[in-house]
Amino acid sequence: MSQFAINLIFVGGSFALYIAIAIWARAGSTKEFYVAGGGVHPVMNGMATAADWMSAASFISMAGLIAAGGYANSTYLMGWTGGYVLLAMLLAPYLRKFGKFTVPEFIGDRFYSKNARFVAVACLIIASVTYVIGQMTGAGVAFSRFLEVESDTGLIIAGVIVFLYAVMGGMKGITYTQVAQYVVLIIAYTIPAVFISLQLTGNFLPPLGLFSDHVESGIPLLQKLDMVVRDLGFVDYTADVSNKLNMVLFTLSLMIGTAGLPHVIIRFFTVPKVSDARWSAGWALVFIALLYLTAPAVASMARLNLLTTIYPAGPTADAIEYAERPDWIKNWELTGLIKFDDKNADGRIQLYNDTAAFKATADARGWNGNELTVNNDILVLANPEIANLPGWVIGLIAAGGLAAALSTAAGLLLAISSAISHDLIKGSINPGISEKGELLAARISMAVAIVVATWLGMNPPGFAAQVVALAFGIAAASIFPALMMGIFSKRVNSKGAIAGMLAGLLSTVIYIFLFLGWFFIPGTATLANTPDNWLFGISPLSFGAIGAMINFIVAFAVSSATEAPPLHIQQLVESVRYPKGAGAATDH
Amino acid sequence: MTEHDRNAAAYWSANLRLIIGSLIVWALVSYGFGILLRPMLAGISVGGTDLGFWFAQQGSILTFIVLIFFYAWRMNKLDKEFGLHEE
Repeated sequence: MSQFAINLIFVGGSFALYIAIAIWARAGSTKEFYVAGGGVHPVMNGMATAADWMSAASFISMAGLIAAGGYANSTYLMGWTGGYVLLAMLLAPYLRKFGKFTVPEFIGDRFYSKNARFVAVACLIIASVTYVIGQMTGAGVAFSRFLEVESDTGLIIAGVIVFLYAVMGGMKGITYTQVAQYVVLIIAYTIPAVFISLQLTGNFLPPLGLFSDHVESGIPLLQKLDMVVRDLGFVDYTADVSNKLNMVLFTLSLMIGTAGLPHVIIRFFTVPKVSDARWSAGWALVFIALLYLTAPAVASMARLNLLTTIYPAGPTADAIEYAERPDWIKNWELTGLIKFDDKNADGRIQLYNDTAAFKATADARGWNGNELTVNNDILVLANPEIANLPGWVIGLIAAGGLAAALSTAAGLLLAISSAISHDLIKGSINPGISEKGELLAARISMAVAIVVATWLGMNPPGFAAQVVALAFGIAAASIFPALMMGIFSKRVNSKGAIAGMLAGLLSTVIYIFLFLGWFFIPGTATLANTPDNWLFGISPLSFGAIGAMINFIVAFAVSSATEAPPLHIQQLVESVRYPKGAGAATDH
Repeated sequence: MTEHDRNAAAYWSANLRLIIGSLIVWALVSYGFGILLRPMLAGISVGGTDLGFWFAQQGSILTFIVLIFFYAWRMNKLDKEFGLHEE
């Protein structure tokens, strides 16, 4: 059977499963559409949250980033898991006790202001739409590589699949498909990792293999990797970083941003009780950790495998001849994600770090520049091919990558559509809308959101990597502080909350635009995006944490200069703090 | 202040103490051992590298899991002790 047929069976089979779930789990009420009826078991919700949260960025990109950056990119591992500690202790249980359907609804009620609710809706939509573009483009890459269809055709297929289960089932359909998608993606991620760990270290558990001895050389894997990359002029894989302030702030921005992402928060509205929300956050992190503990092992092993493929006799001997390159390089060259340029015309592939410090060595070896560029994003997808694993593992990876992208896209689309139908239409434009009318409005806004997301995926604005930073920055600087102050302070009032959210949002967005271009239009950046220009060495990606601090300071300063919130709001804060009398999530 | 109010206030300050304690550990394993204090842990070697590297890539994540389950277990117990749990 051809590889194409195998891929088709795996991807087609997983899609058939999602559609079957969609037909079974149809939503009949707004409560089912927004919060899956509020009766989801905490372990099951943990699994759905893991799929909801782990996007194309986690599945496809993260291991590649760590492989390229080594220790310095541990920030992603800590940042994207540490946010769950904040979520479990500072937000989820209290928002579950509040018991309504959306994040802006809490902000609007707690700060007794429609304007606060509008600001929250705006932040939510900007953060979620930018995030969803990345998912759709990720799905497009997976389709074009594995199913040999045009990326645009692939996106339309993805859009139709999401449409079927998200529009029909709402949160109920999304929850059960996310559980199935988690199973698909975690199997797809771990099986190749187990094989590779066995090949390289003899240990079948990748997280342990990472710290074991390399079978071939008999020295620890990480030491071996350090030696190989050093010989090619790269920084040691395990080397420490000098700009620790930026590393701390970047990790903090990712943590706060994770806790403030609305599509993750609303998952905790679906469990029956406050105590379940606490357990559920723990289970979510367990399921996430299965991938996050595997990723650093995949990263280091794939980097070593790649360099061994290029330098079969070791990094100090001759590189492989281009004519004899393995099939996987040929396959990925077709997508343009691997590029070869024989700069010294010797017919061999020289891959090294082309810097001034390494120039003397490169000259002595007759090298005339780095000749192979490998996009970080292909590392996980190409991993089974690099390690010569059987064809069905490649089919599995294709289904897994699509599961990761689609599950996150569906969660984001639900957050967007509920903000429109519940916060804007029912909350403001037409408060008298009937249950049936609101459900229809929710479905229509979901359908529109899918069409917009698919279109944006086909015409990506060309800044996919930066927009994810923007999504995290906005969630960190605007949504997280407003929610936290709403729960932990009785003194912060509507004026303080609105001023704080706007100050956090604007400072973060402006700082990002200064370096990455105004509205991301290429060539409009005010300052070059280099560490010399950054304020105190803080990169635009790390600014969300500073934006959050600005939000807190402005909110407290404005609140203390103005009147205290009315008594019934202080009682509302009291009530979210104590689990007693929670009841199911309601509209009233 | 009524008896009920005093009970509720005591529950909330117990929760805050638990959160602060947990977040100190949370910051220590990630920002501390994983980033800022890594040079101090350089002498302790773990599988070809040092303890700081291990905390940055594995130790912090494992600690986060333990922290959340510990918090959930303690709080669910406190809910009952203070009579503030859901029926």
